[in-house]
Amino acid sequence: MRIRLNGDPYEIAGPSTVAELLARLEIDARRVAVEHNLVVLKRDAFDRTAIADGDEIEIVNFVGGG
Amino acid sequence: MDTFTIAGKTFASRLIVGTGKYASPAVMVRAHEASGADMITVAVRRVNLDRTTESLLDYIDPSRYFLLPNTAGCYTADEAIRTARLGREVGLSNWVKLEVIGDEKTLFPDNEALLDATRVLVKEGFVVLPYTNDDPIACRKLEDAGAAAVMPLGAPIGSGLGIQNVNNIRIIREFARVPVIVDAGVGTASDASLAMELGADGVLMNTAIAGAQDPVAMAEAMKLAVRAGRLAYLAGRIPRKMYANASSPVEGLVGR
Repeated sequence: MRIRLNGDPYEIAGPSTVAELLARLEIDARRVAVEHNLVVLKRDAFDRTAIADGDEIEIVNFVGGG
Repeated sequence: MDTFTIAGKTFASRLIVGTGKYASPAVMVRAHEASGADMITVAVRRVNLDRTTESLLDYIDPSRYFLLPNTAGCYTADEAIRTARLGREVGLSNWVKLEVIGDEKTLFPDNEALLDATRVLVKEGFVVLPYTNDDPIACRKLEDAGAAAVMPLGAPIGSGLGIQNVNNIRIIREFARVPVIVDAGVGTASDASLAMELGADGVLMNTAIAGAQDPVAMAEAMKLAVRAGRLAYLAGRIPRKMYANASSPVEGLVGR
């Protein structure tokens, strides 16, 4: 299925959860926040949040700033 | 005991430093140590999906430093609120340095949108530290909206111009019942001292340290400047006078 990941089109084998997507991207779930269709997820919801075709996912982390 | 407390949390240092613009993470780590700061600002951005960049958190120990996520780069209240919510989930803290920018060239805040975003985030339980103009009325409105501190700018972000409106900072301090943190515009140590001498409770800076030729030495200078300015404020300076007032006795002069 095709989702929008951080603003860009992204192909992902479905069905999948947010936790599975992070694992596939080799991203440490403890260092990021995820927004699923404009809803910010709690970290403990990553493995029960299913991703559907057309979903919009944002994955953010901390970077240098002032 | 002279303590610096925001929303019930007490900090050892009145200097808050950033994590942006450093030449390398190693220099940043050493500058943070030299600054003596225990609160550090970070930005919230999309992860680099090809993982070619290192994680900032590889270089900051969250047990040693309190991380304050910002909403830098947000131009609407909605963007800032969204970014604040994301930052809370990354850092698991409900504190936010709230920025809603009104103009790309000056990076001056949009105070109307800032006030709207402050109201929403306070309602959601955030500890909101808004970056605002050096405007006592704007600061008062933010405080009334529930801001835990107000953070007036000294000068535009990254400009290094120092405090442009000394009198307004003094008035803001006199009005405010929450901590006043001068945020942005510091160029060198004397600017930080001046902010503290005016009565600011703290100073927040990034570029003045990160952009210095020797960021580690400048970080130490800022630590001492903030401390010196605070002590001078507490000590109570002498009044300014037009003419001289001799320090040595005027009697007993030889040959008179």
